[in-house]
Amino acid sequence: MKKLKYILYTFAFLLLTVSVYAQQQRFPKPEFDSGYTQPSTITPEPRALQLEYFDVLILAIFLAVASYLIIKKRSRRGILWLSVLALLYFGFYRNGCICSIGAIQNVTLSFFDATYAVSITALLFFVLPLIVTLFYGRTFCAGVCPLGAIQDLVIIKPLSLPKWLNKTLGLIPYVYLSLAVLFAATGTDFIICRYDPFIGIFRMDAKALMIILGVAMLLMGMFIGRPYCRFLCPYGVLLSWMSRFSKRHLTITPSECIQCKLCSKSCPFDAIDYPTNEKEVVKSGLGPKRFITYALIIPLWIAAGVFVGVKSHTFLSKANPDVYLAELLISQPEVKNDPDNIDVQTFLASGKSMETLVEEAEVIQDKFYTGSMIAGGFLGLVIGMTLLNTVVFRKRQDYEPHKGNCYSCGRCMDYCPVEK
Amino acid sequence: MHRTTREPLRDMEKNNKSKNRREFLQSGVRLSLALALGGVSGLSLSKAIKDDYVWQIDPFACTQCGRCATECVLNPSAVKCVHAYDLCGYCDLCGGYLKPDSNARTTAAENQLCPTAAIERKFIEEPYFEYHINEDLCIGCAKCVKGCTSFGNGSLHLQIIHDICLNCNECSIARMCPSDAIKRVKASEAYNIKGDWTKPTI
Repeated sequence: MKKLKYILYTFAFLLLTVSVYAQQQRFPKPEFDSGYTQPSTITPEPRALQLEYFDVLILAIFLAVASYLIIKKRSRRGILWLSVLALLYFGFYRNGCICSIGAIQNVTLSFFDATYAVSITALLFFVLPLIVTLFYGRTFCAGVCPLGAIQDLVIIKPLSLPKWLNKTLGLIPYVYLSLAVLFAATGTDFIICRYDPFIGIFRMDAKALMIILGVAMLLMGMFIGRPYCRFLCPYGVLLSWMSRFSKRHLTITPSECIQCKLCSKSCPFDAIDYPTNEKEVVKSGLGPKRFITYALIIPLWIAAGVFVGVKSHTFLSKANPDVYLAELLISQPEVKNDPDNIDVQTFLASGKSMETLVEEAEVIQDKFYTGSMIAGGFLGLVIGMTLLNTVVFRKRQDYEPHKGNCYSCGRCMDYCPVEK
Repeated sequence: MHRTTREPLRDMEKNNKSKNRREFLQSGVRLSLALALGGVSGLSLSKAIKDDYVWQIDPFACTQCGRCATECVLNPSAVKCVHAYDLCGYCDLCGGYLKPDSNARTTAAENQLCPTAAIERKFIEEPYFEYHINEDLCIGCAKCVKGCTSFGNGSLHLQIIHDICLNCNECSIARMCPSDAIKRVKASEAYNIKGDWTKPTI
């Protein structure tokens, strides 16, 4: 009898352990006699979706007001106050996130990653400023973008840069845009967000390097107007394409230019084109001959770009963590014994085979191969077109804003002495 | 005004013609840019979702490497330990609370696993204790999670707390996570609390 009891006990114990195992619980939850009620796990809700839509509404209102102030009202003061509001709302209140510049990457990723769908808010942040720019010029830069606003406010004594330097540095945004799209498309990184120089200032908290970069950019911005907008901003590339062909654009004078040159001194961004002096153009030998030569070497530039892209794709692909890990394990197999290398140890513990890792890395590297080839070709085309543009002769009788580079800040309107 | 009147009539006509041509070209390019923009947004709109994304940790993929405490753009991190009470065994000898090599089973600071003493222990009835995470002190280092997962039920686990998280466009912890445990989830299902949420079977 005692034996039977013992067997029964063992059986019960076994049964119990099995059921515990099924629940994946080593220690079953006790049953309390003291009437204890279990607290619930606290899960605070994320920011409400309505508030995200509210951001889009604010963006749309700001865009409308900025365009009205620039095109209709011609008010520099108005646009200045609007940019301060934008800085407060999108910058310091929303901490610089969500922004149109970064939304480039979300839209790119949604094209290349089947599992990712862009949220409507991000898509609208990307599209709305571009549409408005196509109609009214870059009023987004003047009154809505918090990054532009913070730089515009610190301008003290802007220096005029030589034309060649402006043009050369102006190529950097194209490189930045290509890299941002390449890294977003391969699912590697969102570099625009990671290296946003002002986000540390908006949040009042960031890694030391980001703060230094932001402050340095602002210090530089005292003497070189809007350095980020002019020489880095990847969204500015798209905006300048739109603005060049915009239906309407800021005009310096309300009626007839009296050639007083006051406006040309007022622009901190070297974005005002001077009236052309035909005699000088003839003397400098710029003409159809040069135009044809420059046009003909554009394919060479594209070929060179493709070559550089192909050559650099392995280097660029190392930014991808999977490719980096695979290369590290192949080149230095001894890291497997390093207990401090978290990435390697996690990979080894995950039970994923080396073959799968290498296969995945190769797929990503293939994407980089195609991507950097296209990016290189695009950059070659941009360099060729920029050179070609330097020899294109356009007749201008008055001082006019350069539609692509003008941020519609309205300083020139303010300086213009002509009354309506 | 005076300048245009000085110009001969023929020149004016020529100017007008080239102006017309340029305007025609401009509006042509404008139209194609608008079409391109419409195409891009239309294509991504066909996939776009109304819901927003937030970042969240898959507690079953998490390997408790400790990077959540160091890689977040916020300091202290927006990642905190949460307690899924449904799974807790209410043990006296808690693998998440006490260091495994502690000499005596006392709750003295040197025996506690948590570096910031964020786990608060409350006696309920013999021999059970409730463990509560003080979120203000928690830094998301996952030391308790490792202890609880190795020696206990795994009721302690990390989650991104959304009233702290800034919801960066790309989570800087997700980039560094060795097990890719941090993913975008829909904002309407913002938490993966163990117990209510089970390991997705793929």
